[in-house]
Amino acid sequence: MSAVEVSPLHRPNDRLRRRKVVNRAMEVIAMLAAAIGVAILFIVVYKIVRNGAGQINWDLFTKSYIPLAPPGTPEGLANAFVGTIVIVGFAVAMGIPTGTLAAIYLVEFAPRRVRSFVSLVLDILQGIPAVVLGIFYYELLVITTHQQRALWGSIAFATMMLPLVARSTMEVLLLVPNSLREASLGLGVARWRTTLGIVLPQTVGGILTGGILAMSRVAGEAAPLLFLSALGGNTVDWNPLHPLQNIPLAIFSLTDSPYPDDHAKAWAAALVITVFILLTSLGARWLAARSKRKLGRS
Amino acid sequence: MTEIVTESSSIEPAVRVETKRQPLPPRERLETVFEISDVDAIYGSKPALKGVSMEIYKNLVTAIIGPSGCGKSTYIRCLNRMNDLVPGFRQTGTIRYHGYDISASDVDPVAVRRTIGMVFQRPNPFPKSIFDNVAWGLKVLGMKDNLHDRVEKALTQAAIWDEVKDRLKGSALGLSGGQQQRLCIARTIAVEPDVVLMDEPASALDPIATQKIEELMHNLKSEYTFVIVTHNMQQAARVADMTAFFSISRGEEGQRWGELIEYDATEKIFTAPSDKRTEDYVTGRFG
Amino acid sequence: MSTLETSTEITRRPFSGRRVRLGDLVLQVVAGSAALAVVAIVGTLVYKIVDGARLSMSTFGLGFLIHQNTWDNVGNHFGSLNFIYGTAVTGLGALLIATPLAIGIALYLSELAPSWIRGPVTALVETLAAIPSVILGLWGLLVLAPFLLSEVDPALHSALGFIPLFGPATEGSNLFTAIIVLTIMVLPIVSSISRELFLGVPPELKEAALGLGTTRWEMVRGVILPYSRSGVAAAMILGLGRAVGEAIAVLLVGGGTIASAVNSNLMLPGNTLAAKIASESQGTSTSFEYSSLFYLGVILLGLSLVVNLLAQWIIRRSVRKQGFA
Repeated sequence: MSAVEVSPLHRPNDRLRRRKVVNRAMEVIAMLAAAIGVAILFIVVYKIVRNGAGQINWDLFTKSYIPLAPPGTPEGLANAFVGTIVIVGFAVAMGIPTGTLAAIYLVEFAPRRVRSFVSLVLDILQGIPAVVLGIFYYELLVITTHQQRALWGSIAFATMMLPLVARSTMEVLLLVPNSLREASLGLGVARWRTTLGIVLPQTVGGILTGGILAMSRVAGEAAPLLFLSALGGNTVDWNPLHPLQNIPLAIFSLTDSPYPDDHAKAWAAALVITVFILLTSLGARWLAARSKRKLGRS
Repeated sequence: MTEIVTESSSIEPAVRVETKRQPLPPRERLETVFEISDVDAIYGSKPALKGVSMEIYKNLVTAIIGPSGCGKSTYIRCLNRMNDLVPGFRQTGTIRYHGYDISASDVDPVAVRRTIGMVFQRPNPFPKSIFDNVAWGLKVLGMKDNLHDRVEKALTQAAIWDEVKDRLKGSALGLSGGQQQRLCIARTIAVEPDVVLMDEPASALDPIATQKIEELMHNLKSEYTFVIVTHNMQQAARVADMTAFFSISRGEEGQRWGELIEYDATEKIFTAPSDKRTEDYVTGRFG
Repeated sequence: MSTLETSTEITRRPFSGRRVRLGDLVLQVVAGSAALAVVAIVGTLVYKIVDGARLSMSTFGLGFLIHQNTWDNVGNHFGSLNFIYGTAVTGLGALLIATPLAIGIALYLSELAPSWIRGPVTALVETLAAIPSVILGLWGLLVLAPFLLSEVDPALHSALGFIPLFGPATEGSNLFTAIIVLTIMVLPIVSSISRELFLGVPPELKEAALGLGTTRWEMVRGVILPYSRSGVAAAMILGLGRAVGEAIAVLLVGGGTIASAVNSNLMLPGNTLAAKIASESQGTSTSFEYSSLFYLGVILLGLSLVVNLLAQWIIRRSVRKQGFA
C-alpha cells in the first residue's frame, strides 16, 4: 500500500481499473491466438513425423510405386521421387530464367505504362488457381499431342513460378541504386553489359531466394499434375517426355485409398517432402537475410 | 548570491532576455510539481543522463536548453514515462510528482501520462478528422459529456478554433504544419492534464507558427505547468520563467552523457550565469 | 519511381548517329519476350478456358449457375450450384475463422511479443504457409476428420444445433472439415500481411496515442487498426482467393465424391468448384461434360480474377489516400 491515500495521479472518472482489465484481456487473447497458430503447426508436423518416420526405409527410395498393386507387393516410391525431381527440375530450368528476364525487362527497359500493365498481369497470373492451369494446359498440350507428359507438368509449374520469381527479382533490381547504372553508362559501357555485368550480380542473392521459394511452392503441388502427368509408369523413369509418377499425386492417391499400408506410405512421402520444403524455406530465408545485409553494406 | 566567474559583472548574452516578463514569485510561494532526485538514464549500456536533480514549479514555463545530444529529450521523456517504450531503457533515482514517486516500477505509466501530457517535435495528428483528433482521447478517457464543448474549448485554448471551426469534419492531415501542431496541443490539453511537456514543439515550424505557440504557452500558464525542451535560446529567453541548462560530459573511455549544469530563473541564466559552461553556451561561444 | 524514370530516359536519349548496339537489342528482345510470354500465357489461358466452355455455355446458358444436384452425363443435365455453394461456404467460413486469429497473431507479434520470441514465432507461422495442400489434405482426412467426427461435431451440434449450420454429421469428410483445413491455409497469409502492416504504422502516431494516457489496447483500436484497415481487407481478400482456388485438400476432405448438395448443414459432404474440376481429371465421358468442366473453370477463373483485382484496387486506393508508396 502506498503511503499516500489517494495518489496525485488518480482521476475519478476515467475508469482506469476497468480499462486496464480490458487491456489485459486483449493481451491474453492475442497471446492465445499466437499459441494456437504455433500449436497448429506443431500438431500437423508432429503427426507427419510420427506417422511417417517409421516408414522411412531403403525400400521407399529403391522400389517403385505401383498403383493398384495387390497388397503385399514390395513397393516404395522411387519412381515418384524421380518423377518429381524431373518435373521440378525442368520447371526451375524454365521458370527462373523466364521470370528473371521478364523482371529485367520491366525494371530496366519498359516504359512505366508497360511495367504497370505487366505487373498487373503477373498478379493476375499469381491468383489463377492451380486447377485452372491444369485444365488449360490439358487443353493446350495434352489434347493436341494426345499425350500426358512430365514436361507438361513442368510447364504448368514454371507458369506458377513465373510471378513469384518475377516479383522478387523486380524487388531486388529496384533496390540497386541508380547511381551504379549511371556510373557504368557514363563510362560508355553498353546498356546490356551494364545490366548483365553490373546490376544483375548485385541481385543474385534475391533471385536465388525467390527462385528457391518458388520451387518449394510448386514441389508439393498436385492439382495440375492430375491432368498433365497422372498416368505414370511403374518403374523409375527419367524421361520428361513420358508421363511420370510424382510425389504429390502419389500422396494423393495413397491417401484416398482404403488400405492402411497405403496411408503409411503417404505419411512417409509427406515427411520427406515436408522436410525438403522446410529446409528450402529456411534456407531461402537465411539467404534473404544474408543478401539484405550485403546490399545494405554496399 | 553566487559568485560570477567572469571579468565583468555582467556578460554579453547571445540573446536578449525579455524584460517585460513578470518577475518570478518568491521561492516560498512556488509550489513544487516535480522533484527530480539524482536521476540517471541509461539506454542498454550507454549512459544518457547522470545525476540530474532539480525541482519544477507549478504554473511556470520551464525550459530545458543545451547542445544536441545532451539528453534533453531523454530527460523530458522521463517525466511522463515515455522512455518505457524504448527497449533496454533504465532509469535510476526518483522523480516525484507532488510527492509521489512516478518513476517506481509499480506505478502504471498509463496513469502518469494521463496527468502529464506531451507534445512532440514533429506534429503527429491522427489520420482522422480535426474533430475526432481531439475527441478520440476524450472518448477513450471517459470525458464524453459535453464532447462538442470540450473540443471547442481545447481548440480555442490552442488558438486554432477560428481556423478550423468550419471544417471540423475535414482531415487533420490537410492542415499546415503549424496548424497541425496546434491541433496536437489542443488534443493534449483537451484531456485536462496538469503538466504539458513539449519536446521542441516548434523546431519544425516557421517563425509565425512558432510565435503562435509561444503565445499560447504564455496564455495557458495559469492552468497548466509547461516544460519545454528547446534548442533555440531565443525561444527560451522569450517564454520561460525558469531555465535548465544541460551539457555533455565526457568520460575516460570516450563515453558521453548529459548533465544538468545550471538551473535558475531565466533572467539569471542569460545575464549572469554561475557556471562558465552556461556562460559559454548562452554567449554563443560554444554549442 | 525515379529509378524507372531515369532508366527509360537513358534508353530514349537520342544516339545521334550511332547505331544501336546489337547486345542492347538482343537483351531487350529476349527479356521483352519473357515479359510478353507472361501476357501471352494469361491471354491464351482466358481464351482457352472460355472457348472450352462454349459448348456448355451455349447449351445450358446461365441456368447452369442455378441448377443444383445435377451432374449427369447420361441425361445431359449439368448444374453448378452445388459447387458454387460449396466454394462460397468453405471460402467465407475459412475467412471468418482465420481472420480474427490472424489479426490476433499479427498484433501479438508486432506489439506484445518480447524480441526473442518474435523471430521464431513469425517464422513458425509463415512455415504453415509452406505446407503443400496435398499434405494438409492427408492430415485432414486421416487425422482431423475422424477427430472432428468423434469429438467436435457432436459437441457443436448439441451446443449450437439450433442453428441449422451445425446439423448432425454423418461422416468426417464434410464441408466443415474442409473449412478447418482451408482456415489453416488462409491463416498465415492474412497474418503475415497484417503483421507487416501493423509494424508499418508510424511510431509517432502510436506515441501520440499513448502520450494521452491510453492503454495499449486503446492505442491499437484507435490508431493501429484504423490505419491498417484497408491493408487488412486486402489481405483477407487474398486469403479468400487462396481458399477459393484450393482443389486438392478439399477433394480429400470435403466428401465431394460421396455426395454434394446445397443444404444448410455444414457438416454434410459437399464439393467446391475447384475440387469438382480436379475430380473430373480421371476423364469425362461426353463432350458436354467436358465443356461443363470448362464452364466450371470459367466461373472459378472469374471468381479468382474478381478477388485478385479487388485486392489490388483496395491496395491502390489506400496508397493514394495515405499519399505514400
